[in-house]
Amino acid sequence: MKITVDQDKCCGAGTCVLLAPDIFDQREDDGIVLLLQETPGPASHDIVREAADVCPGAAITVSE
Amino acid sequence: MTLLVVGASAAGLATVEALRRKGYGDRITVLGAEPHLPYDRPPLSKQVLSGQWEPARTQLRPAERLSTLDAEFLLGDAATALDVRERTVRTASGRALTADDIVLATGLRPRTFPGQSGLGGVHVLRTLDDALALRADLLSCSRAVVVGDGVLGTEIAASVAGMGVPVTLAGPQPAPLAAQFGPAVSDLLAELHASRGVSLRLGAAVTELDSHDGRVTGVRLETGEVLPADVVVVAFGAAPATDWLEGSGLALANGVVCDSRCRAAEGIYAVGDVARWHHEALDVTLRLENRTNATEQATHVATVILGEDRPYLPVPYFWTDQFDTKIHVHGTLFADADVSIVEGSVADRRFVAEYRRNGVVTGVLGWNMPKQARLRRPEPTGVLVGGKP
Repeated sequence: MKITVDQDKCCGAGTCVLLAPDIFDQREDDGIVLLLQETPGPASHDIVREAADVCPGAAITVSE
Repeated sequence: MTLLVVGASAAGLATVEALRRKGYGDRITVLGAEPHLPYDRPPLSKQVLSGQWEPARTQLRPAERLSTLDAEFLLGDAATALDVRERTVRTASGRALTADDIVLATGLRPRTFPGQSGLGGVHVLRTLDDALALRADLLSCSRAVVVGDGVLGTEIAASVAGMGVPVTLAGPQPAPLAAQFGPAVSDLLAELHASRGVSLRLGAAVTELDSHDGRVTGVRLETGEVLPADVVVVAFGAAPATDWLEGSGLALANGVVCDSRCRAAEGIYAVGDVARWHHEALDVTLRLENRTNATEQATHVATVILGEDRPYLPVPYFWTDQFDTKIHVHGTLFADADVSIVEGSVADRRFVAEYRRNGVVTGVLGWNMPKQARLRRPEPTGVLVGGKP
């Protein structure tokens, strides 16, 4: 699994961080998404898929 | 089992995605009134209206991702009637779609003035086509008026000003979003708009549109004053799109009335802007018009359809971008709350404000501090004990 984020689409809601704080974070100054792990292990795959689906800016893409 | 989702926007798509993610393997059909594949609405008043984004950028998922959902999308065909007992939806093109479970996700329809439709220069903004038509008109506009001092109206006014078009924002409140933010923060928002060239004509409701030869010429306020304009955007609220459900037997009261599981009847659910559900902990019915509720409620209903029996108890959240200012709200802000700045400073236009009622934090507002606001997101219990909305 490989995650990509579109920082231009990110609205800074932090929904992804609430779901998967080990994978996503937000910049301190403007709240935009920061990717902590691009290729997370299998244990995180389900929650990453959910984070991509529920992102209110459709800013997270997962390729598998 | 089969499932029909009525509505192909954020809430409808989220329902399908959550069901598939959680292992629902049966047939899914999605009916959409608009001809477009699911697209996102928040960028319409900002990136699309301003021309920063091509319309295609709003599409929520690429076509190849949608195809992995193994759902049939029937687009450009509106639902016209629901038979609750047979669980059959009839459509404008004459289809009759029957399913074991039906999820209603038809969203909102903008409120309008009587006689507004067909009048040149008057716009609403709900759909992608609305946004593109408005943008086209603004490109040759000499003066615009936005009617509506809420989230949508203020975002539109900011985008219009950014396009270099002279714009007036009109509405009944003393400051934009006064009902949502309370006096202190809404005054800051008024100041922001004024400093960026939006002319504010607040504190008086717009009562009607003036027109000549089939084209709008301005808006008339309750004071009798007329604000001239060749483009008028009407953004003073929206109503749940439930007219097609009249006579179906479902309870309708400013939304589809649902129980605490978001169930309107046996096998029939509602999600997103159209759903009024019973908030079990507050013991009131609530309807939330915001982007994240569409996804969260859809995800919840997916679990209910798959057999989990839990009430829907979200912490409300919305954001709005106004010029380059990002405002994020978690929980509920009561206009009469005690507001205190707990991080940053108002002078720097970067702060987190806590809203307390009866001594309890019911909501937080971040002004250019999205992460810090989220970290102070109130617990559901705090949202609840502060009082009923």
